[in-house]
Amino acid sequence: MSVVTLKIDGVDVAIAAGSSVMQAAQEASVEIPRLCYLEGLSTVGSCRLCVVEIAGINKLLPACTTEVREGMDVTTQSPKLQDYRRMVLELLFGEGNHVCAICVANGNCELQDMAIAVGMDHSRFPYRFPDRKADLSHTQFGIDHNRCILCTRCVRVCDEIEGAHVWDVSQRGEFCHITSGLDQPWGDVDACTACGKCVDACPTGAIFRKNDTTGEKVGDREKLEFLVKARENREWVR
Amino acid sequence: MGKVKFATVWLAGCAGCHMSFLDMDEWLIELAQHVDVVYSPVGSDLKHYPDGVDVCLVEGAIANVDNLELIQEVRQKTKILISFGDCAVTANVPGMRNMLGGAESVLTRGYLELADAGKQFPNEPGIVPELLDQVQSVHNVVPVDIFMPGCPPPADRIKATLAPLLKGEMPVMEGREMIKFG
Repeated sequence: MSVVTLKIDGVDVAIAAGSSVMQAAQEASVEIPRLCYLEGLSTVGSCRLCVVEIAGINKLLPACTTEVREGMDVTTQSPKLQDYRRMVLELLFGEGNHVCAICVANGNCELQDMAIAVGMDHSRFPYRFPDRKADLSHTQFGIDHNRCILCTRCVRVCDEIEGAHVWDVSQRGEFCHITSGLDQPWGDVDACTACGKCVDACPTGAIFRKNDTTGEKVGDREKLEFLVKARENREWVR
Repeated sequence: MGKVKFATVWLAGCAGCHMSFLDMDEWLIELAQHVDVVYSPVGSDLKHYPDGVDVCLVEGAIANVDNLELIQEVRQKTKILISFGDCAVTANVPGMRNMLGGAESVLTRGYLELADAGKQFPNEPGIVPELLDQVQSVHNVVPVDIFMPGCPPPADRIKATLAPLLKGEMPVMEGREMIKFG
């Protein structure tokens, strides 16, 4: 296994070739804001929150999908990055219907946490207030598309960890949404094992347990880490 | 230095932000020593928004013509306008009616489709204010100087926002304690 050395915010890091800048940052204990990235899943680089500056490259690159290179000089915090990240957050809030006050995930939401992290005290963009639906046909869970940021963590966790592939992405642009089965109500999808991994993977309150009300969704992210460790290292410990 | 001319206004919101304001408890006594409350649903009986207000907390979104008229007057006559709570900052719960479309479809839903008896639109010109087509956050209508999110903003957040202003300094709106939505 060859090793690559690089600098993250001035700190020297050595990491296996083929790793991502995100993984190198984690190695250097540097926190990069992220939403679509979830350890243990494949990466899609869709949320654009983890963009970083790399010396000699003229554009910002997402840390989660950028592979480390020998001698790379990465900057993860700068006024420019903060500005872009805040803009991303404002656009995410404006795109859907994110009403924290009445959300199951209030106080336990990664979208909310990221807004705080990038200093978003308001949005400079007007909200769209799109007409979106909720699907409560499943016996245990619900999905409220108003709160969905299309990170596809549910799609990936269901496909890659559970192996059921209940979720997919339908349509494009403002009509883009997460869909279950063959565009069926979630409750009609036989492939769903009701494992709840999508609930834990969801960064917001879009996918939730039905008996949870405002502020009651408690994420169990460690469960996913446990599953990844169990699969990769055969270690069945929490 | 003279006393700070202080106001609070209540637009399209549930009054929860004002209740949270009252939750500052004994600090209200301290506040009262530094400010003249010149207009407020909880702190003054004056009916007209005066000139030369130094600081104003604005609770609620802009949902009807009365809200619109008052916020424009407030902006004209106020030095530091604070968007006070999620309804003012994002339109929040009052803004959820925007998902139904314009005012007409909202009224149809509320007063015709969901009515048990006496199906009719409210119509009392000059008394019942007309709804605007879309509920708007305050800064979509007039410039805002400070944003204080929260539903409601906790009393400590309100205090931490007002205390620096009394000393002529601007508050630092950063971190979970100051800018968490919801």
